[in-house]
Amino acid sequence: MGEMASTKFLERATFGRLLKTLADAGYELIGPTVRDGAIVLDRIEGVADLPRGVREVQGPGAYRLEHTGDGRLFAWAHGPDSGKRFLFPPHEVVLSASRENGQLALTPPPLSETKFAFVGLRSCDLHAIDVQDRVFMIADPAYRSRREASIVIGVNCEVPGETCFCASMGTGPRCSLGYDLSLTELDDGFTAEAGTPRGEELLEGLAARDASEEEERASLAVTERAAEKMGRTLDVSDMPELLYRNREHPRWDEVASRCLACTNCTMVCPTCFCHDVIDSVSITGTEATRTREWASCFSEEFSHMAGGDVRRSVRARYRQWLTHKFASWIDQFGTSGCVGCGRCITWCPVGIDVTQEVAAIRATDGQVRIASEVAS
Amino acid sequence: MPSVSEAEIAGGVRRKVARIRRVAQDAYETFTYWAVLEDPITRRAYRFEPGQINMLGLFGVGEIPLSVSSDPARPLILGHTIRACGRVTNAFKQLKRGDQITIRGPFGRPWPLAQARGGDLLVVAGGLGMAPLRSAVYTAVRHRGSFRRLVVLVGARGPEHVLYPNEMDMWAGWLGSRGIELLRTVDIADDSWAYDEGVVTTLFPKARIDPRVTTVFACGPEIMMRFAVRDLLALGVPDRRIWLSMERNMQCGVRLCGHCQLGPKFVCADGPVFRYDEIADLMEVQEL
Repeated sequence: MGEMASTKFLERATFGRLLKTLADAGYELIGPTVRDGAIVLDRIEGVADLPRGVREVQGPGAYRLEHTGDGRLFAWAHGPDSGKRFLFPPHEVVLSASRENGQLALTPPPLSETKFAFVGLRSCDLHAIDVQDRVFMIADPAYRSRREASIVIGVNCEVPGETCFCASMGTGPRCSLGYDLSLTELDDGFTAEAGTPRGEELLEGLAARDASEEEERASLAVTERAAEKMGRTLDVSDMPELLYRNREHPRWDEVASRCLACTNCTMVCPTCFCHDVIDSVSITGTEATRTREWASCFSEEFSHMAGGDVRRSVRARYRQWLTHKFASWIDQFGTSGCVGCGRCITWCPVGIDVTQEVAAIRATDGQVRIASEVAS
Repeated sequence: MPSVSEAEIAGGVRRKVARIRRVAQDAYETFTYWAVLEDPITRRAYRFEPGQINMLGLFGVGEIPLSVSSDPARPLILGHTIRACGRVTNAFKQLKRGDQITIRGPFGRPWPLAQARGGDLLVVAGGLGMAPLRSAVYTAVRHRGSFRRLVVLVGARGPEHVLYPNEMDMWAGWLGSRGIELLRTVDIADDSWAYDEGVVTTLFPKARIDPRVTTVFACGPEIMMRFAVRDLLALGVPDRRIWLSMERNMQCGVRLCGHCQLGPKFVCADGPVFRYDEIADLMEVQEL
């Protein structure tokens, strides 16, 4: 980008017009909305669907909404969903095949024409999209077409959750990449910064006025306060080596005694990309479909081979997940697989806390479980 | 309908329809499916290197990773060897001449035959491990002059589990002319078995391995490879000249699905063939 565009200010009504502009331009609006006692990401019509006057209380194994009664739309951290559910859908047809008279015909599904406009993603989730880009952009044309057609309106985080640690991961709370527009909600409206030419065009189209110095300062103060209110911290120094050299640490047995291997953490994680490829056939036997579905390294069959499952114990599966997320991901994709959103802590039914698990290993670095306790 | 993207072709994601020409039983419940790609342009363009993987698909049933077990110098007809033991492999067992399958690939890192040039090549196969190694043996025989000794050690649970028994007899017959030194053993022999008895590593003393010039290609159950490596290192073969072909669950072949991870490695793309020192610390960890 060339010269830094100035920060603009959107009155609340102008923000509404922004959403309408995107919808009119053929974008499907994906934004936060309250459903089933949580803030989820889903298709929205406009401002009325946003979670007004709502905040959440998050903790290990706990998520609860509270009504504040104020007019704020984004005074909360996040719910279980992230951009992943739309860019890398949980269930996607990757191939259709038909067989008639013994002749097989293969049809890759047409690339989707849907253009998503994500509204209200947090900095952690923008970084999560960047992390998944490194996995899918080259080899997966369907992901790439959805990604390239998408527009992203980030909203800076004002009220991080108790389980959040994006400041430790360098991924927030202020939007730093992956947005067309980055907004900060203030009392009377939003400051807006463009991250791409497309974002600049949007601001021009809205004829937004320049933000005052006071508004700019207020916008910066929002994320400075958020960084201070971060519920958790995680020391990422000495990764990936810390976890590589602690593969036999007794903590893996300890955490496995609490972990239910329920797969929740991998489902809410905005970067987990592992998937199964599953074939099914129509009842007539003439049509077959190959689908891709989210998988989890916490399930035993994930590592199934003819000779048996590789990771039979929950200990081995938890170690795989945590080590992949914080260590081997760095070797594979040049970035940590964790963006510090803390969802895995919040949505874990027994409240296992990755920040505590890493800290426990770091505190007793090099400890090896006693051989007599090692199961055969 | 959109055309197939360059990335798909580069990644080998494009599926190719192939027709079964012949099914040969090559061991107990183990069959080699000889298939020809239907599209003549694709067929003529298709190349693979010894030890590489294809994803073989069966309509409505699923896809499985398999190393190509046939001769890389004859890529017009492709052989894949399958033991019927799971849902997809048992469905393969129903296939007969004229049936269609899909093939995606080739994927992964091949056996590095050039690394063995000028010295001895020692091939160590355990059970079905002969399948990915057969393509390497064919290539080595084709370039026989590039190596000093070519030693093939074959181990199996029992006589009926020895893969490609007829071919083994043929290789043994070549001893004079092409200089393959073949040694065979089974864990538990019966009256039909005229060769050695014991695990494959018991053949090492007989093979008169010269650790100064030997490059090893090994494939078999992980436990067998672990013991083979231990004994080879003890004989003085450097870890950088021991190559292993690893197996993991694979569902994509292009480092997307995540199933084949071995520590930081994606076995489908970084392997399946690894130099031992690249994975030594990973192989020591149980359930990794």
